[in-house]
Amino acid sequence: MSSEISEPVLQLRNIVKKFGDFTAVDDINLDIGDGEFFTIVGPSGSGKTTMIRMLVGMDRPSSGDIILRGQRINDVPANKRPTCMVFQSLALFPHKTVGENIEFPMKIAGVEPGKRRERADELLAQLRLPLAYYSKGVNQCSGGERQRIALARALAYDPDILFFDEPLSSLDFRLRKTLEKELKDIHRETKKTFVYITHSLEEAMVMSDRIGIMNAGEMIQVGTPAEIYDAPRNKFVGEFMGEVNTIEVERVSEKHVRSLSDGTEFTVAREPDNFERGYLIIRPEIVKIGRPAEDLPNRVHGTVFNDYSLGSRIQYQIRSKSDQYQWLVERLQDEPYEGKLDDEVYIGWQSEDAILVSD
Amino acid sequence: MIRWLMQPGVRAAVPISILLLLGFIGPLLMVTGYSFMPPRTFSLTGTPTLANFISIISDSYYISFLWSVGLAAITVLILLVICYPVSYGMAKMFGPWANLVTMIIAVPLLVSENIRLFGWVLFLLKNGIADGSLQYLFGIHLPSILYKVPAIILGLVYVYLPFMLFPLVIGLSMVPNAVKEAAFDLGASRFQVFREIEVPLAMPGILIGSLLVFVLALGSLAESKILGGQAVIMIADDIESAFTFAQNWPKGAMLSLLLISSSGCLIFFLFKRIDLDRIIGRR
Repeated sequence: MSSEISEPVLQLRNIVKKFGDFTAVDDINLDIGDGEFFTIVGPSGSGKTTMIRMLVGMDRPSSGDIILRGQRINDVPANKRPTCMVFQSLALFPHKTVGENIEFPMKIAGVEPGKRRERADELLAQLRLPLAYYSKGVNQCSGGERQRIALARALAYDPDILFFDEPLSSLDFRLRKTLEKELKDIHRETKKTFVYITHSLEEAMVMSDRIGIMNAGEMIQVGTPAEIYDAPRNKFVGEFMGEVNTIEVERVSEKHVRSLSDGTEFTVAREPDNFERGYLIIRPEIVKIGRPAEDLPNRVHGTVFNDYSLGSRIQYQIRSKSDQYQWLVERLQDEPYEGKLDDEVYIGWQSEDAILVSD
Repeated sequence: MIRWLMQPGVRAAVPISILLLLGFIGPLLMVTGYSFMPPRTFSLTGTPTLANFISIISDSYYISFLWSVGLAAITVLILLVICYPVSYGMAKMFGPWANLVTMIIAVPLLVSENIRLFGWVLFLLKNGIADGSLQYLFGIHLPSILYKVPAIILGLVYVYLPFMLFPLVIGLSMVPNAVKEAAFDLGASRFQVFREIEVPLAMPGILIGSLLVFVLALGSLAESKILGGQAVIMIADDIESAFTFAQNWPKGAMLSLLLISSSGCLIFFLFKRIDLDRIIGRR
């Protein structure tokens, strides 16, 4: 899958949102394709919530255009837009039953009660909720059930685009994993455009066709999960992917860089245009340790001082002899490093596995 | 029994229990007792009789009772209209200024109700502050509402405003913003959000405020006496005259009993019909 999209349903042009002197969203341009599962990822304070509130119509951009199927919709209020959102808090109506919650958008639209009931039953079935839940109070339902009710209510609105403001963030790990996959299924079944925001890149990777990474109000990188994983555009994206080793380096000659802390030289397979100074990003899982590292072009000598079990993998921390940098190395659980703690070892990697970025 | 009495909770409840027993339950029982005594007697040892009840329903007391109910109901309605926007602001919009508004509204409570009402008399009096200012500034002279029904309503609305406002503030602050936004996002107009989401969710506050004001206004006396002159006799007026001027304690007691039980019934049925737990979302 490439980052080219067929026909954009939503286009953002130079979107800026200011609160007083503070710029929450800074000049964002983005096309979201029809039927796409697009995820905006960013740490808290990155502007992603401000962003989605503008897309849904709760807030207006300070400048720029939001274009839905060719129509500028900046000034269209949320209740007149063919889009809707699943809130972080879910925002179910506590005084209404599950059925009344799901039927709410249809009741507002003036659908007759018989048809509403029919559709509500359909949605309950689609979201794997028992039909008997129709007359249950929403506060009697569990966390996972409430997620499904909120999604059913949003689908009952029959929106062109469905937005999600990290609704899964309050759930425990296992339930979250289940619901992520269910959401992906629902996306495939309904063929609607989903725009999801989250602070968890891992969550984004599981579900999305494309991901946009935001930081400090800017869209740093947009691409498929594989593109972002293979070629993070800068240190922020690289480190946002998970735990990585980051070394500050400067250029020595073509495809040769030198660590700023201790002068160790490394080789790389690719370098960005006009590279002078920047960061070398090395993922823990591609670093070899011990014997297999000894013949590699890039090597660091250090002491193993910690190991952690991460379930399927084991993580080792190795303190470099020359600059005390604490390297992370990961092995699969069934092929662990043979040595002991406090051993002096070499760690190393192939030149093409490291990623060099400018900022 | 001894062990039960030694529990800290029970011991801590002893002072308030004694106070309630002597100061609330006791007088209530005495009023009930007196209301079944022969008219114009002053002891609780006479033969129980329904004479007071019969004389009350065959007389025209229902007029003052209806005035009380009517004025109380109007007061509740006016206060709902006045207080809803203010409490919305206090719950959702004023932020730190809400405390100042609370102060401004609460401070007059430190002054005796009668004194505040006499203040209104000076204000509304013919050639008083309002009338005099209008004459001086614009040369117009308007008839005074003092000693008429509107003045009573003004007094009731003024005196009982905090009892409506504060429950409403609590009620409205219980409505999560996200829930209203969600309804709006799902296509509801602002009025539909108000009707379908905000009012039902704020209902506990609306109900408690309305009941407090209604019950207090039903038993009010000072407003009709001070601001209303003798324009209207409210039921509390009748009760007072029965106990004082007419020296007919049993009749006054029976009137009180009827007033208390009718407002009690109202509260009971309202709370029974409206399921507070479900509104608050506990079920």
